[in-house]
Amino acid sequence: MAVKTRGKKLNHLKKVLLEHYRIIVSNRLSATGLIFIIFFLLIAIFAPWIAPNDPWEMMYDSNGEFASLRSPSWEFWLGTTHLGYDLFSQLILATRTTLLIGSISGGISIVIGANIGLIAGYYGGKTDEFLMRFTDILYGMPFLPFIIVLISLFGRHLEFIILAIVLIIWRTSARVIRAQTISIKQRQFIVAAKARGCSDFRIIYRHILPNVLPLLLLYAAFNIAWSIITEASASFLGFGDGETISWGGMLYELWLSGKTRVAWWWFAAPSICIVLLVISLVLVSRAYEEVANPRLRKR
Amino acid sequence: MSRKRVLGVKNLNVRYKTQKGPVHAVNDVTFDVFENEVFGIAGESGCGKSTLIRALMRLLPDSADVFANEIKLGEQDLRSLSDKHFREDVLWSKMSLVPQSAMNSLNPVYRVGDQIIEAIQAHTSDNKKTARNRAAELFDVVGLQPDLMDNYPHEYSGGMRQRAMIAMSLALDPGLIIMDEPTTGLDVLVQERILRRIREIRKEISSTIILITHDIAVISEMSDRIGVMYGGSLMEQAPAIDLFESPCHPYTLGLKNAFPSIRSKGQELISIPGSPPTLIGEGTGCPFAERCPFKVERCSKEFPTVEKLAEFHEVRCFRHDETPELRELASKKGTWLSLK
Amino acid sequence: MKEVSRHFEVKAGMVAKYFKGQPNRQIKAVESVNFSLEKNEVLGIAGESGCGKSTCCMMIAGLLQPSSGEIIYNDKGISQLNAEESHWYRSQVQMIFQDPYESLNPRFSVFDTVAEGPRALKLYPETEIADRTEEMLKSVGLSLEKYADRYPHELSGGERQRVGIASALVMEPSMVIADEPLSMLDVSIRAGILDLLKELATQRNFSCIYVSHDLSILGHIADRLMIMYLGQAMEIGPTWDVIENPKHPYTRALINAVPIPDPRVQRPIPNIKGDISRPIDPPPGCRFQKRCPHADQSCTENFITLQATSDNQHQAACHRLDSIQ
Repeated sequence: MAVKTRGKKLNHLKKVLLEHYRIIVSNRLSATGLIFIIFFLLIAIFAPWIAPNDPWEMMYDSNGEFASLRSPSWEFWLGTTHLGYDLFSQLILATRTTLLIGSISGGISIVIGANIGLIAGYYGGKTDEFLMRFTDILYGMPFLPFIIVLISLFGRHLEFIILAIVLIIWRTSARVIRAQTISIKQRQFIVAAKARGCSDFRIIYRHILPNVLPLLLLYAAFNIAWSIITEASASFLGFGDGETISWGGMLYELWLSGKTRVAWWWFAAPSICIVLLVISLVLVSRAYEEVANPRLRKR
Repeated sequence: MSRKRVLGVKNLNVRYKTQKGPVHAVNDVTFDVFENEVFGIAGESGCGKSTLIRALMRLLPDSADVFANEIKLGEQDLRSLSDKHFREDVLWSKMSLVPQSAMNSLNPVYRVGDQIIEAIQAHTSDNKKTARNRAAELFDVVGLQPDLMDNYPHEYSGGMRQRAMIAMSLALDPGLIIMDEPTTGLDVLVQERILRRIREIRKEISSTIILITHDIAVISEMSDRIGVMYGGSLMEQAPAIDLFESPCHPYTLGLKNAFPSIRSKGQELISIPGSPPTLIGEGTGCPFAERCPFKVERCSKEFPTVEKLAEFHEVRCFRHDETPELRELASKKGTWLSLK
Repeated sequence: MKEVSRHFEVKAGMVAKYFKGQPNRQIKAVESVNFSLEKNEVLGIAGESGCGKSTCCMMIAGLLQPSSGEIIYNDKGISQLNAEESHWYRSQVQMIFQDPYESLNPRFSVFDTVAEGPRALKLYPETEIADRTEEMLKSVGLSLEKYADRYPHELSGGERQRVGIASALVMEPSMVIADEPLSMLDVSIRAGILDLLKELATQRNFSCIYVSHDLSILGHIADRLMIMYLGQAMEIGPTWDVIENPKHPYTRALINAVPIPDPRVQRPIPNIKGDISRPIDPPPGCRFQKRCPHADQSCTENFITLQATSDNQHQAACHRLDSIQ
């Protein structure tokens, strides 16, 4: 019987993944979003092998001339910067950074937000009040001054950027998941679970969490999207990671160079990528919206 | 018996498409309702009774396909009326509805009295004062105190809200009132009061009522004639007493066994195995066939026709002439269990 | 005659439950209720909405604490149990719920739902849980192969309720509290579920408290019947004694109000006035005073609990019993 159960668990996992896949591709828009996300993901994973050049190398073109501020050509697909750096390679490596920061920040913030939401919603009373006051205080915290202070104090390191983003973004998911937890906890199957002897911990994580999951995944996608935008904004202002470059960072370099009006290709590439990725994430999350709120489903 | 016919429905069919497939919600339903009687329609969930009513009241979505050979209210053919004409001329003034969960049908932000007054004024040329007087009269008829008109729905109990809805349905003196599960969800004592009130109202103002419910006890107490619906069709129709003394259709026989009564100590309860059908897809044959202990091969292939047993007693069953034997068998638990 | 000693399964001794309503108002949901449940009997608790029957269930199941009074199981008050004993109590007292559409977790398969109780309480090793679950599903008429991996939305109301029954009984409780398990099911399948419960109660030797507002059903399953009104226990006795020979004015009105599924029968009009109120800050005295046709001065002053009547088994909470025959 034990072997049967383990086999069942793997089967179950496969079934779950299949279900999620079906949810996302059921809608043409979200399926398109998924395609783009996978596209960017692949680029990020294989970045060092795809990038033709070192993004920090001053490039010389085939004629031996210093390739400064070249518009897109066969040699340099996305053009070059004023210092001759290959923008295509930069973009590819920046994809890695952006996705890394975005998914880590998004991931951590949804984990924190979901847990706080679940615990506050389930226990109510003083716990709820305390956690919600805490969330409210953070709502009052302005992002930019906060990140400026943090970076100025500790330097332009990845950890602090992620920290700053996470601290700001988990708020909304916490509130939303708390609201849904409150409505789920009143339902009769939770009373039934208590009657069967489930501990609070078991009820929160085994009974309520699976029911909050669609909403949670929706906000996970949103959180990643917001993280990316936030990181881009911070980088653009010069508070991005000092060691690597991200899409926002590329725009910062552009601004620093003073060539914004001239080098449209330098501006276009990272901006389009940011917009595309964020829209894709939002489109995919739309598929979960239908699951989270069954009334939106078509009859 | 020359009784005036208030409503005549012949071969009513309602079909609509859903994501899961076509649904034949009402299948060839024919019945008449005569003046001053209560015609009860009994059936469980999914039998089509709500769809039937909504079809008559034109409350179905546009995608629903409603077809009938006849729908006559008095002498008026309802099928040929435009929606606008129906809404202005017939709805509420000639035929009114006390909807299911009437308790939730009242608008929470308006006073109850105002809602009735508004309904009256929408269909008549009464001024506010006349309408208000009429509303007070109606409150009296249903047993609510007139000063309650100025209260909001949330200040009413469930029973009171139900009475308010009944008052609203009487507002324009319609010839026909349709009550869809009027006492479901109410406590026994409240239910008893309301049903008693309905009987008293009938005596006072001679109304014709169609009463729809799944509660067999309520329908037995209130109805003069009863129609039993299953799977979208009317399986049996008869005067109430005839239906109880000489039921014919296997479903009716099954229902009789399944309903407990506090007057029958030691009654053996027998349930009908299986569950009510989902109505999805065009089935062939009798909808009750798969749960019927008396099924023969013909039952799954052909849809039974209506057979007349007595002047007002009709049934849809191929084995209608074997009734006495079937009744005997149906009273034994073993007959039903053998289906499992 | 030798005195036969009875083993009480559970005894609710003068239990009261008050809820805090709006500031300075109290909802006295249950007041001084006193009854006992004997081994292997089915005790029906009947009453209209707001009578406190569900609150009583929750207190006996340990999901709510009484405001005063004690619930005694095996001669020990349940509020005095230590952690291990509470754990044991929880496995011994199980509930079956009313709404088959809401009492199952939509994300749990049938197998997981039934196995949840033993898993949560760590009653048996996983292998044994699987076997017990299979056996339990079979005894409620659901085959393992066909139902184990299905989800609630794929089941009918009757099937879901069977899953609910299975998940309550898989832990072999000695006491089952059924809170209106049939009221949301179609009429043609109710009898089947009722039969199932009766069969299982005999087979598996458990006592049952069956709560319902439907007296017709209680007549068929309950050995004894207790009638409650607005938090107060009004009458208790062998079921058909209470139904055919009600002593309390409320019970009489209630019995007369129940519709009879036979058009030839006429029933008397219930002798009761007014509308039901809510148990918020009730006045002193009997909870039925405002509606009782026989109420007198002392009814408004003294709260009364179940009193013996001429028939020992049959009790009613009324001091005017003799005068109102």
